[in-house]
Amino acid sequence: MTSITLDHIAHSYMGKPKDDSGYQLKPLNHVWEHGLAYALLGPSGCGKTTLLNVISGLVIPSEGRLLFGERDVTRLPTEQRNIAQVFQFPVIYDTMTVAENLAFPLKNRRQPRLVIEKRVAEIADMLDLTADLNRRARGLTADAKQKISLGRGLVRSDVSAVLFDEPLTVIDPALKWELRSKLKRVHRALDLLMIYVTHDQIEALTFADKVVVMNDGRAVQIGTPAELFYQPEHTFVGYFIGSPGMNFLPAEVRGARAHVAGFEMALGATYADMPKGRNIQVGVRPEFVAGTRGAGLPAQVRRVSDLGRKRLAYVSLAGHPLVATLPHDMESVGETLNIAIDAANTHVYLDDVRVAGRAP
Amino acid sequence: MTAKPINNRAWFFVLPVLGFVLFSSIVPTMTVVNYSVQDTMGANNFFWNGDQWFRDLLNPTTAIGQRFNDALFRTLAFSLTCLVIEIPLGIAIALCAPRKGWAVGPSLVVVALPMLIPWNVVGTIWQIFTREDIGLYGAALNGLGLHYNVTQDAISAWTTIVVMDVWHWTPLVILLSYAGLRAIPDAYYQAARIDGASRWAVFLNIELPKLQKVLVIAVLLRFMQTFMIYTEPFVVTGGGPGSATTFLSIDLDKIALGQVDLGNAAAMSLVYYLITLTVCYVFFTIMTQLERRRDV
Repeated sequence: MTSITLDHIAHSYMGKPKDDSGYQLKPLNHVWEHGLAYALLGPSGCGKTTLLNVISGLVIPSEGRLLFGERDVTRLPTEQRNIAQVFQFPVIYDTMTVAENLAFPLKNRRQPRLVIEKRVAEIADMLDLTADLNRRARGLTADAKQKISLGRGLVRSDVSAVLFDEPLTVIDPALKWELRSKLKRVHRALDLLMIYVTHDQIEALTFADKVVVMNDGRAVQIGTPAELFYQPEHTFVGYFIGSPGMNFLPAEVRGARAHVAGFEMALGATYADMPKGRNIQVGVRPEFVAGTRGAGLPAQVRRVSDLGRKRLAYVSLAGHPLVATLPHDMESVGETLNIAIDAANTHVYLDDVRVAGRAP
Repeated sequence: MTAKPINNRAWFFVLPVLGFVLFSSIVPTMTVVNYSVQDTMGANNFFWNGDQWFRDLLNPTTAIGQRFNDALFRTLAFSLTCLVIEIPLGIAIALCAPRKGWAVGPSLVVVALPMLIPWNVVGTIWQIFTREDIGLYGAALNGLGLHYNVTQDAISAWTTIVVMDVWHWTPLVILLSYAGLRAIPDAYYQAARIDGASRWAVFLNIELPKLQKVLVIAVLLRFMQTFMIYTEPFVVTGGGPGSATTFLSIDLDKIALGQVDLGNAAAMSLVYYLITLTVCYVFFTIMTQLERRRDV
């Protein structure tokens, strides 16, 4: 049972930077707990892969310590860490059969033949590769090849963690679901720490117990899918998770009330006085902004889009764009729409970071 | 429903190419075929000789058959020696070449330099280089007490020609292998590190299989070029001492232009051409078949 600890891990590809913006991976403290499935979620170029490569040892971090359990492995070469990694594009050894491919990591570590055979059979069974075991690997389809890559990652029983670097990019959408649920099952069966890099929020939220949202080299929030949805700690998490993303309005906050664009609205908590001259916003997800026939803030309707399952109204509140959900019984919408904002799910952000309020 | 119009006028566009090929290949080849089935007593009088030139050539008990056999054996031995040295050496050097940084450009240029030198200049350079009186290489070897003399000693002549070819043409294998190696995505090397593969296992399981296609090309090119080698041994040794380095092309030249024995020379050049073609065809077919079988 090992967990992986990042102790002030940071990385810059050229020397020690003067300030935070010079880091490709900004200083990060985190403990990856054994047995959990994590997703690293963020846009392209946000440092997800760098973080993954730091853990696997393909990149040596310029600062900080990396611990596997109690052991400091920061400078240990990849092959001496008990880490498996699966890459974006399937890597298979062309000249070998499927079975030989799966056995390769064990063979390199000089495991006895019987152990190898047993383990290969187990993994092949888990990934539905048994029928192909004696075929040449290079004639297979992309998803079968990626399954072999996955299998090579899982075949070692001593791994501390299996890292996935967007492993389903090359797979057909229909097969993606199947492979992902297979991965989930494997995760439950093997009780491993898994870290899964992706830029697809659905993939991240369905796969992981905990999601690490990254932006611009920084881990902006680490939490369960529900936490990311209901309590985004950073405006970026609000934008990035959810479709469409969170609404943000510039505001002035006094106690439990917020003044937005000349209107006053209630907040779910009481806030201390905010410093002057800083960027203060209130954020609320479209799911908690509802069109209503009763009392509400008057907004101008710009367009309505019907997603089938729900209808969204793109409105403007005194010039500020906002997305609201329309209730099912509200058939037609005029030029103005009264909107009701759920105070309990409205958050206050000071310079993009969520401010905790006191319960009212 | 209208019938599909048939229009073969596109063939006219092929005519210029046909005309060019006619004069560049077909007419000269057919001239050789013509000589190979006729005999002459001079004065431009030719008479039919059937397949007698070919019978003589392929019969080792005749003088010309004996001569052809020896030259063919020498040429094959030379090709094989060069391939055995150049292919592994080329791969090895390509593996050591830098992959990134400022050193890539200069090192590739330095490696490619020998290839840019014209054949007869290469011959002249080595002819002077290996002289035992004023040549750096020849004089140095003799100074070390070794018996080295290109014009008198068969072994000296042979090693010189082989070393010269290795120096001149290993760069081709290096460049081809280097290009092949660069085409391997980084993920393969990273995966191999994760899998705990040794350097040798990486070479055997990743690099060599990925190099297979360029190596087929490299072997084909090097076989053809060494099997047809002419200029460099002609300049350095002139086919000697004796006939130690008289390869097929040099022998052919002696028979055709030295002895003006057109019938024998024509038969020999046709057989020579067919051997080159057959070896390349068989090698290429076997390699592509092997590749295809591996996919199943």
